[in-house]
Amino acid sequence: MREIDAAEIGRAVEQCIEQASFTLGRAELDALTTAIAVEDNSLARDILGELIENASIAAAERRALCQDTGLAVVFLDIGQQVLVTGQPLEQTVNSAVAAAYTRLGLRKSVVAHPLERRNTGDNAPAILHTRLVPGDRATVRFAAKGGGCENMSAMAMLTPSADATAVADFVVKTVVQAGGKTCPPIIVGVGLGGNFERAAMLAKLALLRPLGRPSENPIDARLERDLLARINATGIGPMGLGGRTTALAVHVESAPCHIASLPVAVNIDCHSHRHAEISI
Amino acid sequence: MPLDGQTVRSLSAGQRVLISGTVWAARDAAHRRLMQTLDSGRPLPFDICGAVIYYVGPTPPTPGRAVGSAGPTTSARMDPYAPRLIELGLRGMIGKGPRSPQVVETMKKFGAVYFAATGGAGALLATKIRSYQVVAYDDLGPEALARMELENFPAVVAIDATGKSLYER
Repeated sequence: MREIDAAEIGRAVEQCIEQASFTLGRAELDALTTAIAVEDNSLARDILGELIENASIAAAERRALCQDTGLAVVFLDIGQQVLVTGQPLEQTVNSAVAAAYTRLGLRKSVVAHPLERRNTGDNAPAILHTRLVPGDRATVRFAAKGGGCENMSAMAMLTPSADATAVADFVVKTVVQAGGKTCPPIIVGVGLGGNFERAAMLAKLALLRPLGRPSENPIDARLERDLLARINATGIGPMGLGGRTTALAVHVESAPCHIASLPVAVNIDCHSHRHAEISI
Repeated sequence: MPLDGQTVRSLSAGQRVLISGTVWAARDAAHRRLMQTLDSGRPLPFDICGAVIYYVGPTPPTPGRAVGSAGPTTSARMDPYAPRLIELGLRGMIGKGPRSPQVVETMKKFGAVYFAATGGAGALLATKIRSYQVVAYDDLGPEALARMELENFPAVVAIDATGKSLYER
């Protein structure tokens, strides 16, 4: 048994928040640069250029990449050979989120009750997903999830008569309805199969895959290619103002499902695709 | 900024602009408060005539800065509130994404313009903000109503006062 103090996991959460909030990843920057070459619309090119400039200002001046520094989504994979000691884990993660968002001057974007809507003042609590996995490590994966793009997520409980085209139709319809209300170019996470809650979780996990890396499942990889082509043919473009770059990537994750079901969930992330991972 | 009717009518969709002057930062919660204020018959906490509202909730400033990061939020969420403010004299809005047909109709009728700034460029746009002072609803934190001074803030006229829109293709 390997002992890991919950406080160490909390410190990893803080480091992830710091890394993700001020620094855009290499893959994301490369995707934006590639997109400029594809656009013949000058407004689209200028917007993509602003996003690259924004990333360099954020890093140089330590200003958050986006003012919506997100709801903190934390995936915690704990090895079965690990004994987590110290303070209660969930409380430790929430305290780490509160400390990081306060110390780093990030926005506090959480309200305590969805109807009462009083700001909690420290961006806690996080959305924490903890899983037991083989091994003796603890891995923290963090996503700063903005509200505008999360709002445009959707789910459909399709039935087995639906084929890949019907699944793609639902995903494309969701992206078209989102239009410029998210911050295109977007990253599209698709969860296929499982049940109601698993499909949503798969869609979220799909967003955490390294940008543009195809699925290892050939059916899902083909769906990703088809979807990316269809989404970029919509003409929505950067910020919904027209162009060829509506999505930078489509990631599909699938799981077995009931003989009666074909759940599809779509989770959208903005171009400010902020995520980080630390393994302890 | 503020905007007069003649300037509003001179702007057309697709035109790039650099905005300088006073704008008011307000997003979801501040708009709800503004509506409650109007419902109760009290005056608004700022002069709405010719005003421009920027849909933004900035990150807190670090020492020596007006704001941290401050890009636009999704304008569509303010669509239920915007027509009433336009009727009272609001002349411009800065945000991101399309507006509802009701908002566009009211913009045409009363003469208002909608500017789109680049969402997710909050660090870049914050460098064009000279000051940020909360004027009401301090308890709302990042959603408080604030007076902002902009200098050469880049945007594009996304929907003009004739209703022409870059979101319609």
